[in-house]
Amino acid sequence: MVQDQETVLLQGHIIDSLILAKVLDTILMMGGTFDFEDVQIGKTREEPSRARIIVRASSAKLLSEILHAIQPHGASVESERDCRLSPAPADGIFPDEFYATTHLPTQVRVRDQWVEVERIEMDLGILVDTVRLTARTIPMGEVTRGDLIVTGREGVRVIPLQRPRDRDVFSFMESQVSSERPHGHVIGDIAKRLLQLRTGFRDGKTDSKVLLAGGPAIVHAGGREALAWLIEEEFIHVLFCGNALPAHDMEVELYGTSLGYRHAAGRVVPHGHEHHLRTINRIRSIGSIEAAVKSGVVKTGIMAACVRRGVHVVMAGTIRDDGPLPGVITDSVEAQVAMRKAISGIGLAMLVASTLHAVATGNLLPASVPSVCVDVNPAVPTKLADRGSFQAVGLVMDAASFLNELARELGARI
Amino acid sequence: MSRLLVCPPDYFAIEYEINPWMRRSNAVNSGQAVLQWHRLMQVLEQDVGAVLERMKPVPGLPDLVFTANAGIVVGGKAVPSRFRYPERQREEAHFEDWFRGQGYEVVTLESGAYFEGAGDLLGFADTWFGGYRQRSDIRVFPTLSDWFHREIIPLELVDDRFYHLDTCLCPLSGGELLYFPPAFDHYGQEALAERIDPTRRLVVPEDEALRFACNSVCVGKHVVLPAGCPKTESLLILHGYHPHPVLLDEFMKSGGSAKCLTLALD
Repeated sequence: MVQDQETVLLQGHIIDSLILAKVLDTILMMGGTFDFEDVQIGKTREEPSRARIIVRASSAKLLSEILHAIQPHGASVESERDCRLSPAPADGIFPDEFYATTHLPTQVRVRDQWVEVERIEMDLGILVDTVRLTARTIPMGEVTRGDLIVTGREGVRVIPLQRPRDRDVFSFMESQVSSERPHGHVIGDIAKRLLQLRTGFRDGKTDSKVLLAGGPAIVHAGGREALAWLIEEEFIHVLFCGNALPAHDMEVELYGTSLGYRHAAGRVVPHGHEHHLRTINRIRSIGSIEAAVKSGVVKTGIMAACVRRGVHVVMAGTIRDDGPLPGVITDSVEAQVAMRKAISGIGLAMLVASTLHAVATGNLLPASVPSVCVDVNPAVPTKLADRGSFQAVGLVMDAASFLNELARELGARI
Repeated sequence: MSRLLVCPPDYFAIEYEINPWMRRSNAVNSGQAVLQWHRLMQVLEQDVGAVLERMKPVPGLPDLVFTANAGIVVGGKAVPSRFRYPERQREEAHFEDWFRGQGYEVVTLESGAYFEGAGDLLGFADTWFGGYRQRSDIRVFPTLSDWFHREIIPLELVDDRFYHLDTCLCPLSGGELLYFPPAFDHYGQEALAERIDPTRRLVVPEDEALRFACNSVCVGKHVVLPAGCPKTESLLILHGYHPHPVLLDEFMKSGGSAKCLTLALD
């Protein structure tokens, strides 16, 4: 969906002469699209009008053909300057006035060429290799003294997302989130996407992985079986969570409770609050979740499904964690690095019942990745949907209901 | 009183081919050309009452005779042409010298943008039309509009036989427009239709358009046009004009007729 673009300026008596109409028609007829950046209409007959038009095309070749066709009608390409680069003054420190990225596709102009910024993610800097003519995002902490970092805004352009071609819930996103809207068709559309992506994933297609970032409410509320089923059926390929989701998932397996509540009956079990601690302790003594699953200590549930299906799990810890479980990354910068590594090739992200992981994942994802955020607290989906993407869907609903409905939609008997 | 710049055809010939009408093999009969030109001058001076300013012809510049392409002159200000083809670029200095010699304020366009004078810029008192794509660059019109304080409606010329706007469009003094619509694309035709009432649009038939019926000189109610365009003459009479046909077929060999041979100097 990333497109090549160029800004052109058209001026003179372009309205009554239909020159503007001709230029816009030409762009569309040739298969391009346009947006007005700025239009000034002359107030009198004598006064000229001017329009600054962003022309977009699916390839550099088509863009150049369109520009070639509209230039004789007076559309002149605005001269562009290279982006400004400054060396990082020290390890881990950006130069002053560093350009802070958005999550939208971005290009920088280096030696008169527009270069795509790789691995786009919001709130990072842009590192440029002027020899190989490449650019990529870089977190503040990873910068090395002398790295050439983009400063200022000149020679940087951010490309708004095109409306996706699929006519489903992701293509009509108003960023409005409401608990009073029906969920059925949204879940139906997500199910369709999951089916498509699974086929793509099995065929080895790029960008067909599905990420789920989830909190322990999934287990508490009764979504464990549904999520385990989705994983077993290969609908989910990457899992982001904290310490609690796996701890309570395995607590169900070992003690039949989650956070001390009898999972089946929903009653508090005497000393049940210790169960998750005992679970964590048990897994720590085994050495790893993987070993616990492979040795048959943990046979069912989310983590067991992940191990069996080879799901890439990143567990990022917090200061309130017990244990933690082996494999939980307690250094949050390290956790960020691990999450960043895991998000390449994601075609859909589901952020379910976890404010912390939902927001962290949302920050890492490029805007082009469709994402659905499910939470009983409207503030979380609202925060995510407000990221300005066409493709962020917010659902105000219980995690278990969501996962159960989704799994049923895909054929599970739950 | 209309003043027109003209240039005697002493060196008029076809020495190169820069439009579909020109064929070096189709040689100009110089004697005939001189006679036809003098007849045109006679009609302009005696029948129409125009005042003629004669420029000195220059050997080696066969198209200097087409003074419509000298530039554009309005209210004491002259903008000399910037020709597209090198063959005619050599005329620029001569036209510019003439303007300066006559005391006009000469304003020059930046190099790189082509503009072929009154051949591509003509119109009514407040609205001008600018022909582009064949010889003039659309980018010059906003500049000229600014200099002369006139609205300029650009019109794309889509048929290379009508390579200058004055070969297919002629604004008349009463607000009517003599023109050949297929020389424009539908945007241009639509823009003209929006601007000019249907009763004032005089559509020239193709056979006469190809005889350059639109390449006419209108002074008051007089219209001097190439001979052989009876339907256009009838149209003009119907709208209260006096047509004056003049045989100019020697100049048609070069793709020019009555209008191309004159430049309005007001």
